[in-house]
Amino acid sequence: MTDLSQTKLTQQQVRERIEQRLASRHRKEKIFRGLGIASIAFGMLAVLVLFTDIISKGSGAFVQSAIELRVHYDEQVLGIDKVDDESLAWANFTGVIREALRERFPEASSRSEKRELYSLVSTGAPFTLRDRLEANPELLGQTETVWLTADDDVDTFVKSLSDSAEGFRGRTSDQKAGWIEQLMASGELKKRFNTTFFTNGDSREPEQAGIRAALMGSLFTLLVTLALSFPIGVAAAIYLEEYAPKNRWTDLIEVNINNLAAVPSIVFGLLGLAIFINFFELPRSAPLVGGLVLTLMTLPTIIISSRAALKAVPPSIREAAMGMGASRMQVVFHHVLPLAMPGMLTGAIIGMAQALGETAPLLMIGMVAFIVDVPGGITDPSTVLPVQIFLWADSPERAFVERTSAAIMVLLSVLILMNASAVLLRKKLERRW
Amino acid sequence: MQTPTLFALLLLLILVAYGTGFSRAVAAARTSGGLRKLASLPSYYGLHTALWCGLPALLLLGTWLAFDDAIIRALVMNGIADKPDTIAGQNLLYAQVQNLAAGHLFGEASPQVQAAAARFTELRNGSRNLQAALSLILAIGLGAFTVLRFSPQLRAREKVEKVLRGVLIACACAAIFTTVGILLSVLFESLRFFQAVPITEFLFGLHWSPQMALRADQVGSSGAFGAVPLFTGTLMVSAIAMFVAVPVGLMSAIYLAEYASKRVRTFAKPVIEILAGVPTVVYGFFAALTVAPFIRDLATSMGLQASSESALAAGLVMGIMIIPFVSSLSDDVINAVPQSLRDGALGLGSTKSETVRKVVIPAALPGIVGGVLLAVSRAIGETMIVVMAAGLAANLTTNPLESVTTVTVQIVTLLVGDQEFDSPKTLAAFALGLMLFLSTLVLNFIALHVVKKYREQYD
Repeated sequence: MTDLSQTKLTQQQVRERIEQRLASRHRKEKIFRGLGIASIAFGMLAVLVLFTDIISKGSGAFVQSAIELRVHYDEQVLGIDKVDDESLAWANFTGVIREALRERFPEASSRSEKRELYSLVSTGAPFTLRDRLEANPELLGQTETVWLTADDDVDTFVKSLSDSAEGFRGRTSDQKAGWIEQLMASGELKKRFNTTFFTNGDSREPEQAGIRAALMGSLFTLLVTLALSFPIGVAAAIYLEEYAPKNRWTDLIEVNINNLAAVPSIVFGLLGLAIFINFFELPRSAPLVGGLVLTLMTLPTIIISSRAALKAVPPSIREAAMGMGASRMQVVFHHVLPLAMPGMLTGAIIGMAQALGETAPLLMIGMVAFIVDVPGGITDPSTVLPVQIFLWADSPERAFVERTSAAIMVLLSVLILMNASAVLLRKKLERRW
Repeated sequence: MQTPTLFALLLLLILVAYGTGFSRAVAAARTSGGLRKLASLPSYYGLHTALWCGLPALLLLGTWLAFDDAIIRALVMNGIADKPDTIAGQNLLYAQVQNLAAGHLFGEASPQVQAAAARFTELRNGSRNLQAALSLILAIGLGAFTVLRFSPQLRAREKVEKVLRGVLIACACAAIFTTVGILLSVLFESLRFFQAVPITEFLFGLHWSPQMALRADQVGSSGAFGAVPLFTGTLMVSAIAMFVAVPVGLMSAIYLAEYASKRVRTFAKPVIEILAGVPTVVYGFFAALTVAPFIRDLATSMGLQASSESALAAGLVMGIMIIPFVSSLSDDVINAVPQSLRDGALGLGSTKSETVRKVVIPAALPGIVGGVLLAVSRAIGETMIVVMAAGLAANLTTNPLESVTTVTVQIVTLLVGDQEFDSPKTLAAFALGLMLFLSTLVLNFIALHVVKKYREQYD
């Protein structure tokens, strides 16, 4: 009897224990699940913070303060009597602008006050006037109202007014701030769309700095990369997938490709510096060398994705073609390759997106130069968009932070566009067998 | 003749060769009774002729262009009687000669430079004429020879396919050439570096300050090349990154693979993958301007002293960058675990998390380890984030709030800007590059091996 009661007792205990344990096990289950959700949330939060941070910092750079001034193209101040190339090069447009500023604010009298006054407009403003006069020679001796780009300190101050009533002063004195507020109240200072940002090269003055040169540099570099890496990558993939016998040599090639895909990009930069620049003496800072280095870097990506695309073509296609008497080469080039092309193109676009965002190897081959002129070919000195971002990120002016973020926004939009088109291409053209 | 014109001319010749070969074959077919009397289709005869016409000439031209500058330079420099001893001095002199030859040199050139410039112009023009003549003769000669040798029995297709196959093999070998190129470029410069600085000092020295004396009599700037602070700095930043990336990446992969509904999966996966597509320079900017000040302020409010270029900021952002890498690799291996294992565990009454922790993860462990190793090699080689957000001072510290420097940062700072190619300072960058290449190579090799073994297990 005692035995039985004991067993009963134990059964009850067992049940209790099981329920206790079950509760704790379910609790653990919930915690585990919660951790999973937290991880996903962390990842998404990182994306959200990153993008809002960049956009909130950079959206301001797409507008730029400009000041409306009545400018008199006075022959005496300009020091010219006719409009031709030579006289335009010598003409004193700065004087004309200073004249106009003094006229607008006659109260500035002392030297330091005048200096403050003159620093309202950008040092690039005289070029705007020169371009206007060159286009309309009849303006000489006339007066007209023009919008001139404001200095970056003015711009920063104006933009910071929306954050706080005081605004970010920096080097701006009280008097200058007063002038600026006066101009804003009368509508003579407005924020206008910043075309300079898209039409100019780099500059030491933030208000004159643009991404055009860097964009063209990126374009040339990518063209070189695409022209080299796509044919070579596809050819390599065809050989490895369709021809290569299974032997040591093929294994070696495959190990190499997989390894190169994981080699740090900066090492490719060292290769470019030692071989392309020091050994073959190709020009430094040129898109040609940048493209070569990026070709080596993106080749593994393209080879791997092209092989996957070739693998996805069913063997029945090959067998049918061979059955009709096609040679091996004809099978590949007439039948397999066209079917694999969408997949290969997708891989190529992703590889190009990777190359477009790459910075480190290009620093090694001297593409960090200060480039004002828009490059016209693949051997001109140039920089690329990511490197331009890197250079601007180092600049102390507040206005450059804004421009850096704006350049990042441009870069990210291009990348998103490329990736989206890759996804679209895959969806549209990919065939399931 | 200018090189582009020469290329255009060669291209034209190739087209003509194709046309001739093609029409020859068509004509032969007409006289002998139909295409089936030919051994190959007419287009292959065209290609055959075009290949013979163009390929040798283009190869010759390519080799010529690759080496002519170096040969001309050697010839010109040999002709100069008293040239400077240093490589930098010789470079300067040669640049002067080139500038004078191109017609834009400011100031007065010495008679020696003038003579060299004249010789340079003469050699360069000679080289250009010779290269044009040789490649054109080669193209026309071989093209004509192939046309003359035409016969309907010629197996043109097989010959063309043989050449194409050779081209394919050459392209496939590009990967090997790249690896060899990387090894040679870092190895040679590193060996030169180790002649100046003993390898033991480089590997075990505790002090890094790569300044070299500009003058021999300068005081206190002999330079120290002990790379240990760089190695520890790299390890610390990578460790912080892995501390963020591995748990988050692994847990999100588990959640997406085992728990998430299809809708959540199709939304969350691409969003997290966005992190993988963001360029590293953007992360660097984010780390330097947003995360680092935030961490500094946070530390200050907690009464701690934090550098504005803390290892923590760089590591944290690098971790965020690596999350999608870890998660997609883990996702692959978790999905490769056979469903029967899960069903078995669930059937024995284990909860979902127990199934994951006691069955799925152990089964997928080799693959996960391989993925983590690949992620570590990524973190070690990452450059832009640390260049922008970690410091330059080589501190030997274990405090993540202090500024540290890494191998990649030093490579960039040593090589960006003006450089002399014979100073240990520049060569040190290549020695660091060699270390970086070797360590990532070993990590990748182990990781790929582990992943491959694991795949075979369940295939």
